[in-house]
Amino acid sequence: MSAVHNLTASEVQEGQQLPILTHTASATTIVLGALASRDWRPMHHDKDFAVERNGVRNIFINTPNNAAWFERYITDWTGPKGRLGRIKFKMKTSVFPGDEMVFSGRVARSTVDAGGCCWLDLELAVSVAGQVTTECQARVAVPADPNDNPWLRKGPRWQP
Amino acid sequence: MTDQLPSKVQEMIGKPLYEERTEFPIEMGYVYNTCAAVHNGNPLFWDSKVAAEITGGQIAPPTMLSVWFRPHYWAPGAEGERKALMTHFDLKELLELPEAVVAGSETIFGEPVRIGDVLTTRQIVREVGPLKQTKLGTGRFWTIDVETVNQHGDWVGTDIYTMLGYRRPGQ
Repeated sequence: MSAVHNLTASEVQEGQQLPILTHTASATTIVLGALASRDWRPMHHDKDFAVERNGVRNIFINTPNNAAWFERYITDWTGPKGRLGRIKFKMKTSVFPGDEMVFSGRVARSTVDAGGCCWLDLELAVSVAGQVTTECQARVAVPADPNDNPWLRKGPRWQP
Repeated sequence: MTDQLPSKVQEMIGKPLYEERTEFPIEMGYVYNTCAAVHNGNPLFWDSKVAAEITGGQIAPPTMLSVWFRPHYWAPGAEGERKALMTHFDLKELLELPEAVVAGSETIFGEPVRIGDVLTTRQIVREVGPLKQTKLGTGRFWTIDVETVNQHGDWVGTDIYTMLGYRRPGQ
């Protein structure tokens, strides 16, 4: 555990930018992501179907895999004690094999609820070639201090 | 198309429908593949000692909530295409709107989903909007909540889907 950094609320300020993450999507990871999320629809693994039926240029990332990318982006930054409370996103265009995804984000709000849980409201996006493909708003709980652990919160102490 | 909602649609609103259990207990195979697809190295999913220390045992990534309710592609005795979110397909049929897209989705997370859990879900149509002219065609927006609990009855999360069902011009 000593090698794992867990972000605490005191290290974060409103307006702070999250570090940029870039990753080039491949056909393999798109298919892997679709099948891992039990999404068998052909536009996520069959290029002919995607082109001929959906009128797009290739297979594309499915919605649950898009969510998994945002989760990874958030917890890469917070460390494993970061606990997602909410995530909301709007897909504007699709991500295809070969696209370089650029994840970016900022801390819109930092609050502490009545139960003492420290919340960060994040505004995130993934872009390809400068165009936003998905906008995302997320709410993540982070420890107040190194001894705190949001994962231990239950019932009325967990109000996402 | 009339703006009046069919009575069968009105009866669906606010009523829990399609209560169902996961077809198998939550397992690590899908977790590893999901993490591999997005290069997620969070030790909660790869290091059982870290998981024991932070979450009291291995859990699944929260954003996998909807994954556990998608039906097998094929199963013995199953006929026809098997679909998740049946209330959505019911609404498309009842409202005679053959096309649909996901207009937005939000998930709220409760208790973590643990390896070995058996989850139960139910779908609730929250609202069906009026007929609208959109860029895609004439249609309606509707919102469906999918509420999920674990085998202890603890709430583990709610997926909120906003859909646009529509008919293309000339369709």
